[in-house]
Amino acid sequence: MRRVAKDTKARVTLTLNGKKTTGEAESRTLLTDFLRHEIGMTGTHVGCEHGVCGCCTVLIDGVAARACLTLAQAADGRSVETVESLTGLDGKLNPLQEALRDHHALQCGFCTPGILMSFTDFLKRVPDPTVEQVKDVLGGHICRCTGYQGLIDAMMDGAKRLRS
Amino acid sequence: MEVLGKPLVRKEDAALLSGRGRYADDIAEPKRTLQAHVIRSPHAHAMIGRIDARAALEIPGVVAVITGEDIAKISDPFLVAVKADVPQWSLAVERVRYVGEPVALVLAETRYIAEDAGEAVEIEYQQLPAIIDLRAAREKTSALVHESAKSNEVHTRAFTYGDPDAAFKAAHKIVKMTSEFPRQSFMPMECFVVVSEYRPADDSYEVMANFQGPFSTQPVMARACRVPGTRFRIKTPADSGGSFGIKLSVFPFMVLCGLASKIVGRPVKWVEDRLEHLVAASSGPNRITEVEAAVDKDGRITALKLDQIEDYGAFLRAPMPGPLYRMHGALTGAYAIQNLSVVSRVVMTNKMPSALIRGFGGPQMYLTLERLVQMIAREMGLDHLEVIKRNLIPAGSFPYKTAAGSLFDSGDYPRCVELATGGGRLEALMKRRDDARKSGKYYGIGFAAVVEPAMSNMGYLSTLLSPEAREKAGPKNGAVSLASVRVDALGAVSVTADCVVCGQGHETVLAQIVAEQLGLRIEDITVNLELDTANSDWSIAAGTYSCRFTPGTAVAAHIAAQRIRDKLSRIAAKQLNVLHTDIEFVKGKIRSKSNPDNAMAFGRVAGTAHWSPIMLPDGMDPALRETAVWAPPELTPPSHDDRINTSLTYGFVFDMCGVEIDPVTCEVKVEKYVSMHDAGRLLNPLIAEGQIRGAFVQGLATALYEEFVYDDGGSFLTGTFADYVVPTATELPELELMHIESPSPFTPLGAKGLAEGNCMSTPACIANAIADALGVENVQLPATPARINAMISGEEPARPAHVAPRQGIASAGTGGAKQKDARQIKGSGSVQVSASPEKVWEALLDPENLKSVIPGCHALEVVGPNDYRAEVSLGVGIIRGRFKAQVKLTDLKPNQSGRLGGSISGPLGNSSGTGLLKLVPDGGGTRIDYDYEVAVFGKAAAVGGRMIEGAAQIVISQFFAAFGRKLGGAPEKKSLAKRLGSLWGGKGTTK
Repeated sequence: MRRVAKDTKARVTLTLNGKKTTGEAESRTLLTDFLRHEIGMTGTHVGCEHGVCGCCTVLIDGVAARACLTLAQAADGRSVETVESLTGLDGKLNPLQEALRDHHALQCGFCTPGILMSFTDFLKRVPDPTVEQVKDVLGGHICRCTGYQGLIDAMMDGAKRLRS
Repeated sequence: MEVLGKPLVRKEDAALLSGRGRYADDIAEPKRTLQAHVIRSPHAHAMIGRIDARAALEIPGVVAVITGEDIAKISDPFLVAVKADVPQWSLAVERVRYVGEPVALVLAETRYIAEDAGEAVEIEYQQLPAIIDLRAAREKTSALVHESAKSNEVHTRAFTYGDPDAAFKAAHKIVKMTSEFPRQSFMPMECFVVVSEYRPADDSYEVMANFQGPFSTQPVMARACRVPGTRFRIKTPADSGGSFGIKLSVFPFMVLCGLASKIVGRPVKWVEDRLEHLVAASSGPNRITEVEAAVDKDGRITALKLDQIEDYGAFLRAPMPGPLYRMHGALTGAYAIQNLSVVSRVVMTNKMPSALIRGFGGPQMYLTLERLVQMIAREMGLDHLEVIKRNLIPAGSFPYKTAAGSLFDSGDYPRCVELATGGGRLEALMKRRDDARKSGKYYGIGFAAVVEPAMSNMGYLSTLLSPEAREKAGPKNGAVSLASVRVDALGAVSVTADCVVCGQGHETVLAQIVAEQLGLRIEDITVNLELDTANSDWSIAAGTYSCRFTPGTAVAAHIAAQRIRDKLSRIAAKQLNVLHTDIEFVKGKIRSKSNPDNAMAFGRVAGTAHWSPIMLPDGMDPALRETAVWAPPELTPPSHDDRINTSLTYGFVFDMCGVEIDPVTCEVKVEKYVSMHDAGRLLNPLIAEGQIRGAFVQGLATALYEEFVYDDGGSFLTGTFADYVVPTATELPELELMHIESPSPFTPLGAKGLAEGNCMSTPACIANAIADALGVENVQLPATPARINAMISGEEPARPAHVAPRQGIASAGTGGAKQKDARQIKGSGSVQVSASPEKVWEALLDPENLKSVIPGCHALEVVGPNDYRAEVSLGVGIIRGRFKAQVKLTDLKPNQSGRLGGSISGPLGNSSGTGLLKLVPDGGGTRIDYDYEVAVFGKAAAVGGRMIEGAAQIVISQFFAAFGRKLGGAPEKKSLAKRLGSLWGGKGTTK
């Protein structure tokens, strides 16, 4: 593992949403801060910084991870996907995003990017989940607005849309 | 209706789903902006001594450390509504009054550096007794939170409506109870964000913040900064990550960052973190209500007496004490009770200030009233539902004037109850209850009937003044709403309004309202809700709160769109050569109703108003922009006899639920929940359902999970999401929603607010179900397993005298019983060393030796005889940081015993403790017996108690182990896991 001396910055290069991206980070810089403030990709949100709320969830090498509990240096050389990867420049939503919109599964939208990334990972592995499985994964996220039912319905429907 | 009233998906969503929201921390800040970190009080009540920022200022990148003294020189305390001397500045001045109160602000080039510097600022405190318990705070002998106020009860007013005394005299029965509502917050996922810039050229402040209003606090901020309102400009971002009332409380920080900017001459940005948010952002007020009902022989309530005692914490932030008065007109709820007496009391304690929260006084009031109705049924041997039905305001009596002056606009409460309990729903629940009880389980059914107010009368708060004082001050009333609709030269339509985005879908609903009038699609309407006090149309009631959007802002938009429609009709009529009454707007065309082929494109007609004023009807102004002001006449000021119509619309919610309580785990499971709503006309049923479901889960959280817990010393114990339990999808019960629509006659849209009802009804409904299940009178919320256990099994019996206390469990967990002391850690242990007691004694008094055995000690300075100051780095689990320690040895009996007293302070808070050391000759060596007591304050207490206790014990045992090693003792080197294990009873260390 690379070592970066305290109070110095070192270059971090990662594949961010498919593009090679480079920035500077201290040894202690969190991946959330690196993505948001160094790179300027603000779609990944910071909700609790202790790994409970799930707002900051991204995919690291394809697996959902809390960016607030990941050091930027630990992402060096890895592939990181954020919510911005789900929508192209044309703004067209993918089937999962559409399902969230259709089921009114978001209100303030702050927790939404993390939930989308968790389910992007989960539905890849479990394309035909039960409601209980969906609730279980959703249990790793806090949403204060929707009361969750819209999210559960959207994930079941989104999984179906992705399968067809 | 083409688009209004339809469940259309939201315009907001595409951006939010693709990571392209524009939240406050996403927006680029001005160049040269400094990042701020707030240093907060670890104590509930203390005098601030010396603040030494020298070490912090030496850190490269640190620009300034600003204190309360600096702030007080250039600002005034915030205005408060109550006539009591409770001054608050944006930083603590001289004294801290709650854990987490901002004491100093560090400004640096980056947030990381600012936080580093925060750890290097040394602040001395002299602790004072903390006033935490609401009842104790009212006692005459209590210490005072604000000495200048001369009492902790800073406001008391009594009101009488009708003749309650006569009704109580004539009562068949009097039913009394006490209800206690807990402290909590609805905890938006996005914390506070502020960017403030002071402009010396015109002595003005420009602030961007995720503030939600009410904008009645804008003059409060401007006054604090000693500028007119026009020179305190507030901008809100396009998106906000939830609010639920909490983001009112960002306002002291808007002022603080502005003042800081003035001091350093650069823009200042502050982003709150979750720990700060949990500890000190904002709490809903806890309330104790003593209530009595006079009841006739049929269970009809003839009079109510209420004594409401509300805990506002350390300060009264504008517009407090709102929750105590917001429901004032509607205090009799859904029931026809015309005799009422009420006393309202505002009490200060050393807890975080209470402020706006979704429900705003309703949850407190309905927990009392609905529990009372269930108690009446129970005490009179009547059916709970039957007592509700007998007391409901009858259908056909609307508009209905309540005892305290509210004018309930419309509704059919009995029908709502019939529909919700009908269809076999109640029968199924009753069968479920019978079956469950037969098999020995606890099962209960609860009901709650709630009138849900919306759009607060700006005059309601002045009810707290006497009629004479009100007369002197002049009447306050109304709730002015504004919205503007513009059409450009190509026919593109845009809308602005006086509400603030917090996720409720205002953009979509405003687009629906305007599209409906203009025959367009919602895609044709652009809505911009970035409010800017220097550019937007707004008045004192602006903001997003009290469900004012639907009865207020939406109506203003509707009126503005109607005016645009009318203007376009007249322009088109002239060009189409028809009467303007013959014009209709259909699918982007403006055409003659009688001859639809006689039509013009919408954009063409709109263009005329801009390009061709010559073609306009005589006397018509060119351009197309209408700003409508909506000020409903029903919102009158309080009357001379203190009657006040507190809100414009009043919806109705009737809830029914079934809960099962596990007798072993004491977990409450809500099996089935039915919520019936009458919110008048629904503008967008999809969004309406989302609001209700969201409020429901927050109500569920109040009932079962969320609580801000303080110990009796004022330490805050729920500073993480592990301690403050927010429900997730796995806790979600089955919720069935139902609606009827009784349109409000008082607004042109007929729509009422609906987003707060379940925050009011659900805690009461679940509490009633728990009372039914367990057959108990008092149901303390949140009904955590610990509390349920106490209800089922009684309080835990005292520890038998012969059983030693277990270590490390002296503190209360979340939602548990109140604890008696600050977070106390007690322990004892002993180490065996080979050196003689004399040698040990010598070593104990040798500073060089102490330095080498104090865990993580960098420097030890001798302050006086046997009095040392040390710098230590500690790292056990999450407890990491650099601390200042003071160590003093007293009660010295050479070679026998001594007392080791000390305190440490650092970024995680403070702790102090003492330990008694005894040296016992043992073989050729010495046995050192020790016991200790440590109290922990501040952040360390907030972020997870048990771990801290373990950490403290490890550090203490490390000290003695190192001490022993140094003196030739040979305790084997243990792994952390082994050491942890040995803490709980292992030989040779702590017992």
